[in-house]
Formats: sequence, structure tokens, C-alpha cells
Amino acid sequence: MTELAADPNLGPAKLAAADHAEGMSYLQTVPRRLVTLYLPLGIILVVLLFPFYWMALTAIKPDEQLLDLDTYNPFWTTAPTLKHIAALLFESPYPHWLWNTMLVAVVATTLSIIASVLAAYAIVRLRFRGATWVGGAIFLAYLVPPSILFIPLSSVVFQYGLFDTPFALVLTYPTILIPFSTWLLMGYFKAIPFELEECALIDGASRWQILTKIIVPLAVPGLISAFIFCFTLCWNEFIYALTFISSTQNKTVPVAIVNEFVDGDIYRWGSLMAGALCGSLPLVVLYAFFVEHYVAAMTGAVKE
Amino acid sequence: MTDIALKAPGVPPPSPPPLAAERGKRISAWTRLTANRNWLGLWFMLPAAAFLILFLAYPLALGIWISFTDARIGQSGAFIGLENYEWLSDDSVFWLSVFNTLLYTAVASVVKFAIGLYLALLLNENMPFKALLRAIVLIPFIVPTVLSAIAFWWLFDAQFSIISWSLRHLGLISGNIDFLGDPWNARWSVIFANIWRGIPFVAITLLAGLQTVPPSLFEAATIDGASRWQIFRHVTYPLLTPIIAVVMTFSVLFTFTDFQLIWVLTKGGPVNATQLMATLSYQRAIIAGHLGEGAAISSAMIPFLLGAILISWFGLQRRKWQQGESND
Repeated sequence: MTELAADPNLGPAKLAAADHAEGMSYLQTVPRRLVTLYLPLGIILVVLLFPFYWMALTAIKPDEQLLDLDTYNPFWTTAPTLKHIAALLFESPYPHWLWNTMLVAVVATTLSIIASVLAAYAIVRLRFRGATWVGGAIFLAYLVPPSILFIPLSSVVFQYGLFDTPFALVLTYPTILIPFSTWLLMGYFKAIPFELEECALIDGASRWQILTKIIVPLAVPGLISAFIFCFTLCWNEFIYALTFISSTQNKTVPVAIVNEFVDGDIYRWGSLMAGALCGSLPLVVLYAFFVEHYVAAMTGAVKE
Repeated sequence: MTDIALKAPGVPPPSPPPLAAERGKRISAWTRLTANRNWLGLWFMLPAAAFLILFLAYPLALGIWISFTDARIGQSGAFIGLENYEWLSDDSVFWLSVFNTLLYTAVASVVKFAIGLYLALLLNENMPFKALLRAIVLIPFIVPTVLSAIAFWWLFDAQFSIISWSLRHLGLISGNIDFLGDPWNARWSVIFANIWRGIPFVAITLLAGLQTVPPSLFEAATIDGASRWQIFRHVTYPLLTPIIAVVMTFSVLFTFTDFQLIWVLTKGGPVNATQLMATLSYQRAIIAGHLGEGAAISSAMIPFLLGAILISWFGLQRRKWQQGESND
């Protein structure tokens, strides 16, 4: 598949090239395009985005409009309020949970990226004996889902005395992240010309110098994609955080929202939605900044 | 092995530089450790391997071992052979969860694939704001599952669901729909939420595959008088098969082992109607404390997962053979 995989960097370039080509669209009339293209696309987009609109709207609706669907138009709000969000940020441990999530995500991602850069470089460029097998094993590791690991891992975490500490998550998340980012970086490293490395070897550089001074700077787009991907995965992780963390102050946002915000109060929806919104925003903002890298990484990794 | 000839002993990654005294010796043991390809490979692989062996391979084996014991939380159990599995084979809740998992996976994967492919084909057309649209489509994939599941929980509320409200005002239904309270409604609701969450991934990766198909093939087929369906069936689809195999493996694997969505929306209820194998194993192992039984349920997922992987693997192999590519 190497021919097909060639180079994740080519992704955006190809994409752009295809975009400029007018193609065969002149064969279609405007009304026809309206029915076959814009209408279905519009419906799908509305369905995909409606839950977020509803989440955001509920978060800023005052309580009396929240449950009264008949006197007010439920699809809009006349008196938006920041009450729920303010309560969340100033009267609940939510900022602390956000901080926990951020900390775990950053540390686990950094550890994973370092390990993945080394591993990907070794598999692609050192080509030690058995490198192909190791590459295959890493791919298989990606296919092992957390839902079959959490029971034995909980006893491992307990044995090592990590239960209910952030370390339980920082050390277990890399098992999800390393296989994926190694795989992603292997694609980027393969695209870097061999000649650069040969020159450096002749000039007397060590492998370590080659990696830090040539390969890593050239693979920065790949590193950014891997970073965002890992960060998103950490933020999304639920079952390990649910199993390994028990005290309220150590929880991450997804677990805390599900366990701490759900009480009998019928007006809880406002604060629940505010919590979900505030938990999603950091990722959406990060994604908005690096969307090109993200899409390229996804396409590149799959083509591999 | 050319490395040794090419380079002076350099700075090794994990340890200090070699002593001056050792430089210039023929090939000392130290040089071999820092310059030999295989040793270097070992050093470079060490961090990743440590994580994956300690927290992935070892727990995987441990999980299978626990499933043969009567371990409970806080006490390591004794070996009891296949007793957990025998117990499960008589347990109707377990078989219900297997049925639910298969239904959930089959329906969700097929629909995700169909709509995802359709969306990918639509996004591949020329239109204004193409890049922006692609970015927007991915948002459900970026937002953590639990948080969007909470939004769905609110959308599926028995009393204040906006879906019920809209349908009622359109005159399509007379009373509110009990989305998560009725067994079959609950099943379709969680399947819907899973499809919603999975479509962007399928669509964007298939779109990437579509971008690699040269437009000249479509032009040639059009000139030959092929209809849009024929172009899709005989040009696009065969060229997409390898990527479809990869995407669908992931989709099936992650749908089969889904936990988050169910846990937030129904926790397996009503009366186990949406209990998947993953949620059942969590309930038995962590909430009820029967680690052995929970581990047996999650080990029972392994054959299904292996099956999915093998099917897609052979799917890929067939493509390679048809394209005359060598296996690499």
C-alpha cells in the first residue's frame, strides 16, 4: 500500500488541486444540483449540528423558558442568561475538573508523542531486525479497545498504588495514544527523503542528532496532528477515568458531569448543558486553529 | 550495519557520551550498544514498548486469566476453570447483551457506512465553501462522546423532548414519545446517537479516499455513456474498497465495544434492553464487584473482534492481489 499511502503531506495539496478543477459539474443544471446536492447536504448538516445548537441554546435559556415549551418558542430564547455558565464556573468545582482533564491530557499526550517519535523513527528508519513485526504489533495494539482492558487494568492500577490519582490516567492513556500516533508519524517519517539522513551520517551525526535536528523539525505538521489527535482522545476518554478515579476532586470533565451533575432537579438541564458546552469548547477552538492538519492527518493515517 | 563504518560513536539517546578513552578502539561493546542498528532500535523502542507491555499486553493476558478465577474487588481469586463461562452460558441477560451488541453493531455500522459514503460523495462535488463544510462536518467527532451524549439525553427526554414537541406540532403524533423508557425505542435511540457520532469519521476518511481517484476516470466513464450509478458502481466503489475495509474495521470495532454512549443515555436499561457486552461487564465487574465474571464477559468479546479484524484483513489482501501489488 505504500504507493497509495505515499505521503500524508500530499493530502492537502491533492485536495487543493482537485478543488480548482472544475470537473464535470457543468454537465449539471442548477435545479438538478439543488435537489441532488444542496438539499441532502443541508439536511445532513442540520441533523449533525442540531444537538450542538440545542446544547448551546439550553445553556443560555432562563429556567422558566427551559421547560415551558408552549408559551415560548422553544427554538429561540428571548432573554438569554449566563446564569448557568456563571454558576458552573464560580460555584461548582467545574474549573477544577477542567484543570484535571487538561493536566492529564497534556501530560499523557506529551509522554505518548515522545515515545511515538522514537518508536516511529526506529521502525521506519533504523529498520532493526524485526521492525516490520513490531510495526504490525503496534497496529494490532491500536485495535485493542479499552472496554476489554479496564477490568484487568483496574487491578494493575490498584497493585501499583495508583488508584484514584491522576497518574492512573496519565500512565494508562498512552496505551490508547501511542499506537495511533506511532502509526501516524511513521507515515510522515517515510515521506522524508533518505538522502538527508545519509548526508548527516557522512557528516558524522549520530542517530540521535539526526532525529532531533533533521527528522523532527521536518515532521512538525505530523507532530501537530498527532498532538491534536491525542489530546482529543484524552479528552474523550471515559471508561478508564470512570473506573480508576473515585474522589470528586480528581475527576475529569466527562466523568464529573455524568456523576456529579445528575440529581433529581428538573432544572438541571441548564447546568448540564452549560457543563457539556464548556467541556467541548476548548477542543472545538483547538480544532478550529488546526483544522487543516487534523483533516490531513486523518486522511493520511487511513491511507496508510 | 553500515552505520558503524560511517560514523564516529555519537551521543546515545538515553545515556551520557562515551568516554574519550573508549574512542578509537576498534569496536568496543559500548559502540555496539550505541551504533548497532538492532541495539539502537531497542533503545528507541524502549519507552513505547514499556507502556504497551505494562499497560496493554500484560493487562490483556491478565484479563483472560482473571476470567478463569473467582476474583472480586480487593481479593485475587482462585482458579476455577471455565466456571464463569459456564455460568454466563446459562445467563439470559448475557445472551440478551450479545444480541443487543450484535444488533447495535450491525445496524449502526451499515447505516454509518451508507450515509457516510453518501456524505463523502456529496462533499466531493464542487461547491462554494467546500473546506468550511468539511471542517463543520467533523465537529461531532471532535466533541467528546459523553458531552454530546448528554445533549442527546436531553433531546430524548421523556417529557420535554424537542423531537416529540416538533412532531406533535406537525400533527404526526398525539402523545410524547418515550424515547429511552421503552425497550425498542431505547434501542433505536442509542443506535441513532451512535450513527450520528460515527458518520463524520466515515465520511471524512472516505472523502480522503475519493480524492485519490483521478478525475479523468470519471470523465472517461461519462464519455463512454455511463450513468451516475454505473460510474459509482464500477469506477468509484472498486477503487475505494481498501479504504472502506480499513474504515469499516475501525467502525465495527469501536461500535462493538462502545460503552460511553450507553452509559450516559440508558446505563443498559430499560430492563437490559440496551445492555451491551461492555456495559454489562462494567456492571458485573466494577459495580457488583465480580471481577472474574466481568472479565469473562469482556474476554467473550475477543473472538468477535478477531473475526472483524480477519474479515477486513482478507478484504484488503484481495484488493492487493487484484491490483497486482506486492505485499509490503
